[in-house]
Amino acid sequence: MQGKTTILTLPAEEFVHPGTRACTGCGLAIAYRVGLKALGKDTILVVPPSCLTVLQGLFPVASTKLPCLNVTFASTAAAATGILAALNDQGRDHITVAAWAGDGGTGDIGLQALSGAAERGDDFIYFCYDNEGYMNTGVQRSGTTPIGAITANTPFKGKLQQKKDIPAIMAAHNLSYVAACSAAYPLDLYDKIKSCLSLPGTKYFHIHIPCPPGWGYDPRYGIKIGRLAVETGYYDLYEIVNGKFRLTAASEKLLEKRKLVPVSEYFRAQSRFRVLTDDQIAGIQQQIDQKWEGYYRQDD
Amino acid sequence: MHMIENGNVAAALGVRRCRVNVIAAYPITPQTPLTERLSEYVEAGEMKAEYIPVESEHSALAVCIAASSAGSRVFTATSANGLLYMHEQVQWASGARLPIVMCVVNRAVGAPWNVWNDQQDSISQRDTGWIQIYCSDHQQIIDTVIKAYWIAEKVSIPIMVCYDGYILSHTYMPFDLPDQDKVDAFLPPFKPDYALNPDEPASLNTVTLPDVRVDVRGELAHGYMEIRYLLQEELRKTLAVAAEAEKRFGDIFGREGDPYLESYRTSDADYIAVGLGSLTYQLRVSVDALRKEGIKVGILGVRFYRPFPDEAVASALKGKKAVIVFEKALSYGYEGALASDLKSALYEHLAGTGALPAVQNYILGIGGREIHTDHLTQALRAAIQGSISKEPVWIGLKL
Repeated sequence: MQGKTTILTLPAEEFVHPGTRACTGCGLAIAYRVGLKALGKDTILVVPPSCLTVLQGLFPVASTKLPCLNVTFASTAAAATGILAALNDQGRDHITVAAWAGDGGTGDIGLQALSGAAERGDDFIYFCYDNEGYMNTGVQRSGTTPIGAITANTPFKGKLQQKKDIPAIMAAHNLSYVAACSAAYPLDLYDKIKSCLSLPGTKYFHIHIPCPPGWGYDPRYGIKIGRLAVETGYYDLYEIVNGKFRLTAASEKLLEKRKLVPVSEYFRAQSRFRVLTDDQIAGIQQQIDQKWEGYYRQDD
Repeated sequence: MHMIENGNVAAALGVRRCRVNVIAAYPITPQTPLTERLSEYVEAGEMKAEYIPVESEHSALAVCIAASSAGSRVFTATSANGLLYMHEQVQWASGARLPIVMCVVNRAVGAPWNVWNDQQDSISQRDTGWIQIYCSDHQQIIDTVIKAYWIAEKVSIPIMVCYDGYILSHTYMPFDLPDQDKVDAFLPPFKPDYALNPDEPASLNTVTLPDVRVDVRGELAHGYMEIRYLLQEELRKTLAVAAEAEKRFGDIFGREGDPYLESYRTSDADYIAVGLGSLTYQLRVSVDALRKEGIKVGILGVRFYRPFPDEAVASALKGKKAVIVFEKALSYGYEGALASDLKSALYEHLAGTGALPAVQNYILGIGGREIHTDHLTQALRAAIQGSISKEPVWIGLKL
């Protein structure tokens, strides 16, 4: 692998115009901007209805300088397959096909098409930007909303169920590449994209996306909250290359430090977790500690 | 070359002759033998195409939508609930103005489950902005697939080629397999105005506002309503394009007919039976029997159903005493969709002329209920004798 990209070595060429329609402080705007830099010019994008549809702009204006096919909610991965099939047929196979969908569009309504494409091993990169809810429709719960989060349709008690582990589901498809990233660590995302471009079959990226209106925090704290999710060991940065799991970036450093920030700091920084009791937080802390004990054992 | 094969193979051969680039399909009875055959052509190297065995019909059309947007000629086929599962994508394909050709092998829709033939599946997709053509035999199936690509690519509107499950899909009939060089002469390679391309980036199917909006060059771009209006306008103009296709096809292959309607013994008829698909051929037996009794009856098979050839229909039915519409589907809560469309055309073109025929609507063959020719004859006879009901009459109902 090439050396780690820094803010100084990140390519200057932009594929997202400034002034998108994303909310102030949107984590997706960061991940998308850096992600497209890694994908490069020879890319065709596929996007279902989601926050990204809004970010992309309203006809006849687009904020992205790459060709983009907007598709129906459940069909993202199948549409990526279709573009790929056409490119293969036409001998334009130097072009990368990249799908970008939200967590609901990936793990709920889009899971069937994604699983189908992954099982067929269709050679494209799929990005799930996980803002942990149906944010574009006004913050409703999704399969990937974490336990305890208040949403528009879990209004008083918070979500009662666990977050669905989509990267694990995708890893179960024996993909050449599965990565968990965060908008708070864009260079980790950049390097991971670059490293997987030549791998065969479907590549899956899961990106944790802090969302000011959906999570309830001052927009200026988005990166801080995204980092807290990682520093508390609550959300881990990793990659699974041909079945081999390894923590990356800040999560890899946690493995060395063996000291996690208490998860209560992450929860208390966002209003969506306001109904989580100290007991519940202690329970979640225990789960995190157990998970990390497992990492430590593997590391020893 | 003449051959004897089933209707699904006729469709598959048509797709192969059209040099389709990308095929996506999900199995559903009675469509399966068609797409299985295509997978054989591709695996055996007899057809250079990408064959994508998708995990659902929704994805089948998603693959076609995307591959067509990227500039390839595409095909899919389905039946019944498969078509219903596609419904969102069906609307998307026409809204995105993609020249997709899809065979619909007509089958009843659930619930309850039923795998036999009727036409509720494609009729339920009537208002989706697709062109719909119904076939009555295997020659029509293969010829229609070939014409469909030419028409679809000319107007950038998708086409459903509909034919009856089992009655056509699984029965063997002789037909002429068009020569490849003639098909190549008829159908040039697909060259869309725009295909997804990083050298010329465009964002397709973006959120479009209720009103028009100025683009970056200061020019006024369409609003959603303008885009939808143009679909309607260009669908209506497709009637003329279909006539052009028919003429062109006739010049190259020596087979030509009416592009919209298929008439049988209508020129001197007082009464006309109307229907879609293979039923209109079965009706010929009844018509021949009644003709022997001196009753002047003929058949109008509607081949081009959307856009509806209202003028041609009204002109064919003008001055007839009665029109008897037989349908294997209905718009639940009212009557057969074809009967309603036909009445609308008659009113539009003949109201006040004194040439308006009476219209009787029969519903039959629902969920594969056997259609007895003598029942058809009796139904015709009843309507001819003046038994015209306001509500549609169901033939062969056992209540």
